[in-house]
Amino acid sequence: MNSRLTQLLPWVVVGVLALFPLVDSPFYIQLMTKVLIMAIFAMSLDLLVGYTGLVSFGHAAYFGLAGYALALMTPKYEAVSLWWSLPAAIGVCALFALITGLLVLRTRGIYFIMVTLAFAQMLFFVFHDTKLGGGSDGAYIYVKPAMKLGGFELVNLEKADQFYWLALVLMAATYLLLHRVLGSSFGRALVGIKVNEHRMRALGFPVFRYQLASFTLSGSLAGIAGYLAAVQYGFVNPEILSWHQSGAVLMIVILGGMGTLYGSVIGAFAFVILQEVLSNQAWFGIAAKHWQLAMGIFIMLVALYLPQGLAGLARNFRSKPVAEAGDE
Amino acid sequence: MSDKGLPPNPLPKEGGDIGSPGSQAMAGPALGRPGDGAAEPILRIRGLTKRFGGLVAVGNVSLDLHVGEVHVVIGPNGAGKTTLTNLLSGDLPPTSGQVMFEGRDIAGCSADHISRMGIGRSYQKTNIFLPFTVFENCRLAAQSRTPHAFKVFSRAEGYGEINRRATEAMEAAGLAHRAERVAATLSHGEQRQLEIAMCLATQPRVLLLDEPLAGMGPHESQRMVELIKKLTAGHAIMLIEHDMDAVFALAHRLTVMVNGEVLESGTPAEVRSSPAVQLAYLGGEELLHD
Repeated sequence: MNSRLTQLLPWVVVGVLALFPLVDSPFYIQLMTKVLIMAIFAMSLDLLVGYTGLVSFGHAAYFGLAGYALALMTPKYEAVSLWWSLPAAIGVCALFALITGLLVLRTRGIYFIMVTLAFAQMLFFVFHDTKLGGGSDGAYIYVKPAMKLGGFELVNLEKADQFYWLALVLMAATYLLLHRVLGSSFGRALVGIKVNEHRMRALGFPVFRYQLASFTLSGSLAGIAGYLAAVQYGFVNPEILSWHQSGAVLMIVILGGMGTLYGSVIGAFAFVILQEVLSNQAWFGIAAKHWQLAMGIFIMLVALYLPQGLAGLARNFRSKPVAEAGDE
Repeated sequence: MSDKGLPPNPLPKEGGDIGSPGSQAMAGPALGRPGDGAAEPILRIRGLTKRFGGLVAVGNVSLDLHVGEVHVVIGPNGAGKTTLTNLLSGDLPPTSGQVMFEGRDIAGCSADHISRMGIGRSYQKTNIFLPFTVFENCRLAAQSRTPHAFKVFSRAEGYGEINRRATEAMEAAGLAHRAERVAATLSHGEQRQLEIAMCLATQPRVLLLDEPLAGMGPHESQRMVELIKKLTAGHAIMLIEHDMDAVFALAHRLTVMVNGEVLESGTPAEVRSSPAVQLAYLGGEELLHD
C-alpha cells in the first residue's frame, strides 16, 4: 500500500532536516549534527547486525580509527583537504576491516562478539599506550578540514550550520548507498545468509566472501561517521574506540529496530536526544549524573514492549493488517 | 509372505497410475542399462568412509551414479544414508575415500564449491528460508548460478534470466501458484516441494534427494514421484527413501545400507532376490508396512 509515499518519505525527512539550521542555535545544530553522525554509524552497524546476522561488539574500532586517521593526517596549523583525507580515512578503515574480517569471520555467535570486541580493545590500547595519537590524552585537530573547489570554499566546516548540512548529505548518501546495496542480488544474499547460512552454502554461495564484503563495507561506512565526529569535536582520544562506544551504537541499532535502515536513524535520534535530556542537571538535578540508569530502563522497556524497536512502532502505525512473518 | 512385495510390478496399492510408468522405468535398466564400463558414471564413489571418533558412520561405500538413472539408497535408520549424502554434498568432510565427479576427486571440497560444480541436494529436515516468499527462495537459489553474483547496485529482481529459472523451478515442483506466499506459511508437503524447487533452481546435474517424501500425504507423494521420474532424463539422481512403493517405482539401481556399509547393490530385482537383504531389511520393512 501507498508505496509511493514510502518512497518519498525519506526525501521529505531529509528536506525537513535540511531546514533545521533555521533554528539558529549553534547548540541545537551541533546536537542534531551528532544525531546525524550517530545515524551513519548505526546504519553501518545495522548492515552487519540486522542484514548479515553478525553481531559485532567492536564497531567503535572503525569509528575511532577514522578519527585518529584524520588527526594524524592533519598538519598542526593547517587545514587538510577533505577531498583526500575523507577517502583516505575510509580506506584505512576498509583495510582494517578487511584484515580483521578475515580473522573474526571464522567465528560465529558469542565468539564473534568476543573476537570483534578483542580487536577493538587491541586498537584501543594501541592508541592508549603509545605516543602515536597522544596516548591517553588524545590529540587535537586544531584546524578543521577544508572543502574547496578550485579556490572556492564549498563548505566551511568551522560553521555549525554548514557542517550540519555536510553531515546530512553524507547521512542521506549512506542511506541511499545501503538501500541500493540491500536491494541488489548481493544484499539479498546477505539476508539469506542471516536467515539460513547453512542453506546458502548448500546453494553454492561462497558465504565467507559475502560476509567479508559486508564486514568491510560496514567498517568503511563507520569510518565516515568517525571522521565527521572527529571534525565536530576537533579532538580524538581513546574513548572513541572504547567498548562503551561499541555498546552505544549497538544499543542504537537495537533501540531503532534491527534490519531497518530508517530504524537506525530513529534510534540515533532517540538515543542522542534522550541522553541529552536525561543528563540535563537543570531538569533532573542529581539524577542527571546517573542518566545511564534511566537510559537503561528505557532500553529495557523498548526491548520488552517493542521487540522490533522504534521502527516497529512506526510500522504498526503505517500498516496494521499486514500479515505476520514478513520479517523473521 | 515374502512374495507379496516381490512381483515384477511392485505397486499394487495406492497410485495405480504410478505403477505402469514405474514398470517402464524398471524395464529400462533391465533391457540395456548403462552397466559398469558401458558409460562413464558422472559420480563415482570409491571406498568412502566417515568416522566420528570410534563410530564408523559410513564405511567403505562404493557406488556409481549415471545420468538418466535413479540410484536409490535404502536402509534402516542410522544406516548412514544421510551421512553419505552429507559427504557427497560437502556438508561433512570424509575421513577417507574418493568421490570422482567427471573425473575429478571432489572429496573434501566445500559445500558451496560442490554445489557450484553441479551437485545439488535436498534435505531430510526441511531447510528453506522461512521468512522469504516461495519466489524469493527460488530466486536466491537461481541467483547462485550467475557468474557475477556480486552485483551490488542493480536491483535483485532485474535479472530476467534468474527470474525465469526461479519460475521454471517453481513450476516443475508444482508451486507456481504459491509464488508470493511466505515459505513459513506453506503446508509441510509444500515446504518439501519448495526444498526440491530450490535444488532445481541451481540447475544441478546430480541430485541428491534425502527423503523427499518424508511426511507427505499420499497425493503429494505421488506427485513427487512423478516429478522425480520426470527429472531422471537429464539428471543423475541419488534418492534416499523409506517409502517402498516409491522406491520400486523409481529405482534403476538399489543399494541397501546397514550399519554404514553397503549390504547389497544392484538392480531392484537383484537386490530383492538377495537372501541377505530379505533377512536384514526387506522382511522387516514389510512387516512395518502391513
